[in-house]
Amino acid sequence: MKNFFKQFFKDKFATASLVVLLLLYISIFLANFIAVYPKNYSNRNLSYAPPSNIYFITPEGKLTRPYTYNYIRKFDKDSLRMYFIQDRTQKYYLKLFPKGFEYKFLGIFKTKRHLFGVEKGGDIFLFGCDINGRDNFSRLLYGGQVSLTIGFLALFISFPIGLIYGGIAGYLGGKTDMIMMRFAEAIMSIPSFYLLIILAAILPSGMTSSQRFLLITIILALIGWAGFSRVVRGMVLSIKTQDYVKAARSIGASRARIILKHILPQTSSYVIIAITLSIPGYILAESGLSFLGLGIQQPDASWGNMLKEAQEFTNIMYRPWLLTPGFLIFVAVLSFNLIGDTIRDILDPKSQIK
Amino acid sequence: MSIWSYILKRILQGIPIIIIVSFISFFLIRLSPVDPLAELRMNPSITKQTLEAEKIRLGLDKPVIVQYFIWGKNFIRGNMGTTVSGEKVSTKIKERAFNTLLLSFSVIFWTWIIGIPLGVIAALNYRSTFDRILTVLSSIGMAIPSFFFAILLLIFAQKSGLFPIGGLTCPNFSNFSPLHKVLDVAHHLFLPTLVLTTISLAGLSRQMRSNLLDVLDSDYVKFARAKGLAPSKVIIKHALRNAINPLVTLLGFEFAALLSGAALTEYVFQYPGLGRLILEAVMKSDINLVMASLMIGSFMLIAGNILSDILLKLTDPRVRL
Repeated sequence: MKNFFKQFFKDKFATASLVVLLLLYISIFLANFIAVYPKNYSNRNLSYAPPSNIYFITPEGKLTRPYTYNYIRKFDKDSLRMYFIQDRTQKYYLKLFPKGFEYKFLGIFKTKRHLFGVEKGGDIFLFGCDINGRDNFSRLLYGGQVSLTIGFLALFISFPIGLIYGGIAGYLGGKTDMIMMRFAEAIMSIPSFYLLIILAAILPSGMTSSQRFLLITIILALIGWAGFSRVVRGMVLSIKTQDYVKAARSIGASRARIILKHILPQTSSYVIIAITLSIPGYILAESGLSFLGLGIQQPDASWGNMLKEAQEFTNIMYRPWLLTPGFLIFVAVLSFNLIGDTIRDILDPKSQIK
Repeated sequence: MSIWSYILKRILQGIPIIIIVSFISFFLIRLSPVDPLAELRMNPSITKQTLEAEKIRLGLDKPVIVQYFIWGKNFIRGNMGTTVSGEKVSTKIKERAFNTLLLSFSVIFWTWIIGIPLGVIAALNYRSTFDRILTVLSSIGMAIPSFFFAILLLIFAQKSGLFPIGGLTCPNFSNFSPLHKVLDVAHHLFLPTLVLTTISLAGLSRQMRSNLLDVLDSDYVKFARAKGLAPSKVIIKHALRNAINPLVTLLGFEFAALLSGAALTEYVFQYPGLGRLILEAVMKSDINLVMASLMIGSFMLIAGNILSDILLKLTDPRVRL
C-alpha cells in the first residue's frame, strides 16, 4: 500500500491531477461558504453582466486594497442593444470573511460568514452573470455539487450490479451464463446515448429536483453496468478453475459465499481501475444530458445545463464567460483520466509499457 | 472453419440480441406514461382516418404482447408507421441513418489515417519528446466534452467565416454540378468530423502505440532482428501487422462510441443525422420515430461489430470464435 502511494506520487501528472480534484471537491463541499450569492439569487437588471473588474490601483495611480465598481445597464436606442457601463462614482472594496446570506456551515451550524465578498451595496461577479442575472461563479459551485457527485453515486449502483451479475453468470456457466450474457450484450448493443436520451425523456415531469437527480443517477447507472459485468464474468471464468475455489467448494461452501467471498475479491484491482476510468464517462454523460435539457433542470444548476446557454450564437460570441462550465468539465475529466491511467499502470503492471 | 460458415455463425448470434433489443425498445417506450397517439391527435392536419389507421396498425385495442408482435411484423416488412408530422418513418430514417454512417465512416477513415502513423512514430521513438507530447495531447483529446469542443469550433467558424455552420448541404445544393456537390458536402462534414476525430484519435493512437511496443518486445521480433533482417522490414512485415490486429477488434467499439458521441455533435452542428433525429423525436414524443431509430441504431451497431469480427478473421486467421 505504501509502495502504491510512493509510485503514485512519483507521477507528476497524477499528483497534479489529484491536487486539482481535491481543490474542486473541497470547493463544492464548501460551496455555500465560498459562494458569494445564494442559490436562488437573481437580479433581472444584471442579465448577462460581464465579469467584474478588480482594481489594485486607484485612478490617481496609487496602490490600494482591491476594489471594484458596480455595473449599470444601459440601453442603446439606435442599435437596440443592452450594454453595461461601470458606475465609477462609488468604489467597493473587497473583503475577506464578510457577512453575507445565511447558511449552515458544513450543514451543522448557522453562520453568515463567507470566504470573500465586497462592501455593502457592491456586487462582485467573478465570472459574470447568466441570462437571469445570476452569478456565474456561485452557480459553478452549486452546479459542481451535481456534476461531480452524480458519477460517484451512479457508480455505487452500477458497480455492485455489474459485479454480482458478472459473478453469477461466470460462476454458474452454461445456459444461465448464455442467457445472462445475451441480455447484457443486448443492452450494450443499444447506442448508449440514444438510450440515455430516451430514458431521461420518459421521466414524468413535475418532479422535485432531488427526485430528478436521483432518477438521472439511476438511469446513468442502468447503462453503465453491462460492459463492466462482461469483463467481470470473463475474469470469474478463469478464477473459478483455481484450486482454492475448488477447495472452498469441496468443504461445502455455498455458491453465494464462494462468489462473494472467494471469487469477487480477486477482481478488485480491475474494479478499482474500472471505477476511476469510468467516472469521467458519467460526468460527461450527465453534462451531455443536461446540455440537451434532459438532465438536471433549471433553476437547479449543473455544469451541463449552464453550458446550455452557450448554444446561442450571440452568447458564445459576446459572452465568453458562459463557457466556464465547459472548461471545468474538461479539467475534471482530464484529471480523472490521468489518475486512472496511473492507477492502472501501478496495479496492473502487465499493461504498463516498459 | 471456412470464412463463410464463420460469417453465418456470427450473423446467427446477432439474431437473439436483435430480438432482445426490440423487446427493450418496445416495452421501454410503450410502458412509459406517454400516449402514443397524443401528438397525432393534437395535429389538426392529421385526418381522423389516418388516426384510425394508425390505431389499427399499432393494435392499440389489443393487449401489449399482441401489440409487440404487430409492431415487430410491421417493422420487418419495413412499415414503421408515420411521424407526428405525417411523414413516413422509414424514409426519414433511411436518409438520416445514411448521413450518420457517412459521418462515422469519414471519422473512422481519418482516425486511422492519422492515428496509426502517430502511434507508430511514438512507439518507435519511445520516451522521446514527440512521444511525451503525443501522450499529453491524447489525454487532452480524450477529456474534451464533444459538445464543448463543437461549440468552440462553432465560434471559430463564425469568426473566420471559413466553414458553413450547420446542415449538410448549402441551400441551393440541387443546382450544383456533381463535383461541386461533393465538395459542398465535404465542406459541411469538415467540422463535425474534426470534433469526433479528435476525440477518437486520442484513444486509437495510444492503443496503436502500446500494441506496437508490446509486439516490439516479443520473441519473434527479437528473432527477426537477430537473424539480421533490416529494421524497416522487421517493423513493417513482422511488427506492424500484428500490432494492428487488436485495433480491428476495437473498430466495433469505436463505431459504437461514435454513434453515441455523434448524437451531441450532430445536435450542436445541426447535422441531419440519426442522433439528432432521435433527439427531435424524443422532444416531440414521436413514439414511432423513437422506437424505429433506436432499433436502427442498435442494428447498425450490431452489424458494425459483426463486420469488424469478420475483418479480424480475414486479417488474422488464428482467431477462433
